[in-house]
Amino acid sequence: MRKESSFAAVLSAVVLVCSGALILNQKVSAAGEGKISGTVRLDGPAPHMKGIEMSKDPYCAKAHANEPAHLEQVVVGSNGGLQNVVLYITEGLPASALAEAPKEVLVFDQKNCMYTPHVLAMDAGQTFKVTSSDQTTHNIHPLPNPMTGNIPWNQSQPPGAAPIEKSWKAPEVIPVKCNIHPWMNGWHVVVKGPYAVTDGSGNYSINNVPPGNYAVTAWQELYGTQTQKVTVAAGKAGTADFTFKAK
Amino acid sequence: MAKFFAITILVIAILSAIPILRHTWWMAEDISTHGAPIDEQMSETMAEAGISFLASQFILAFFIWKFSNPRPGEKIKNFPGGAKAMVWAAVLLVGTEVLALGVFGAKAWANVYFTPPSSSAMPVQVQSGQFAFYFRYPGPDGKFAPIHPELISESTQNFYGLDTNNDPDAKDDIVTAEMAIPVNREIHLLMHSKDVGHSFFVPELRVQQDFVPGLDLSLHFTATKVGRYEIVCTQLCGLGHYNMKAYLSVLSQQDFDDWMKKEAAMQ
Repeated sequence: MRKESSFAAVLSAVVLVCSGALILNQKVSAAGEGKISGTVRLDGPAPHMKGIEMSKDPYCAKAHANEPAHLEQVVVGSNGGLQNVVLYITEGLPASALAEAPKEVLVFDQKNCMYTPHVLAMDAGQTFKVTSSDQTTHNIHPLPNPMTGNIPWNQSQPPGAAPIEKSWKAPEVIPVKCNIHPWMNGWHVVVKGPYAVTDGSGNYSINNVPPGNYAVTAWQELYGTQTQKVTVAAGKAGTADFTFKAK
Repeated sequence: MAKFFAITILVIAILSAIPILRHTWWMAEDISTHGAPIDEQMSETMAEAGISFLASQFILAFFIWKFSNPRPGEKIKNFPGGAKAMVWAAVLLVGTEVLALGVFGAKAWANVYFTPPSSSAMPVQVQSGQFAFYFRYPGPDGKFAPIHPELISESTQNFYGLDTNNDPDAKDDIVTAEMAIPVNREIHLLMHSKDVGHSFFVPELRVQQDFVPGLDLSLHFTATKVGRYEIVCTQLCGLGHYNMKAYLSVLSQQDFDDWMKKEAAMQ
């Protein structure tokens, strides 16, 4: 009798959760969700990043008058942590987890004639806005492959102009450039589902991941991608550390 | 009414001559060794065209004043010899002037284009591309490494497509966004375009030369005055044409050497 009642309790709980999930169309959200976290490191000495000469535009040159800016292809923290690596799930996500893009609006700022952040990761369909903190005209020119369904655009943004709000339809790694300042180069990494970008120490955490078995992919603009299997148990974080070899 | 019209023509002609005579919108100061004959040619052209313009306006005003109200029955006079003679006279007059200006002008032009640079001229390469100029100095070895178009990448700042990993000549090449040259030293400028037609124009240097895609062109000049001047693109080359420019710094030899060291450290 006792056994039966506990079985009934479990069963009813399962039914309740399932029907709840069905009703809510299982929007991936905080309660009961796990996460995948870890660190991305660079093995070997960081490659030399060229200095950037901005003399073409006196505003930009003045902003970096004391210390020239450098390329941001490989940004390594003190402990070998690799910044600007995008982590996303390539296998194992239920279709329902992919249904809706996050509501959060991302910001891609142009500051001192550089893109901040250098790498902007986003979910397909998620809104981002391009802003300018500079007193000089910029030109934002993302170059997606039109075969993916993403439509290329090219728009100027004078100082004080309103932010440009956009989104990308399909997952793709899209280089972004400025036609006025040829050194300006950034990335829009569009993925499906939850994602994370490593911070200055190479740490990341992909939140809102339902329990399950996954393949996590790390993308770095120079070193390409790496994939690992990871398991997320209910309420527990899965761990995946990556190491890219310097070249 | 006709007299009023004649006076209006005179007033417009004289008013438009004043800023030209006073050099209100004249060319920037010449800082080149080859510029004097070009400026002289410019002055001669302006003088000849100006005199012809004023003379024709005065004659026009005079004829309007005198002949616009023929008395009834008066015979209208023609150019002596008729229309054919008038066309011949005009062709002769204008032709002689164009020919004369052309002969003098060709001399100023040939001074720049038909004389080779001296063997001690300093080579500098300039590459134009939408929408910026990039300059290359050969470095200590004096050799420009070969360009590999497939390696050209703005995101890695490899504007010239240099194979710095495998090519020893490429390692010491110095690529810059600003052009600096030592004062009173002849420069041999080697020009090529990465994409479409552009132009290299430095008004103070009296240098304006188009880039033609697929052609290696060259110029030589000597700057005589220290300063910072603008290099602008004067061929409409696309959306960002208005913003395509760079700076030319004419420096003392000492400053130039320091600048070169700083640029080498940035590579």
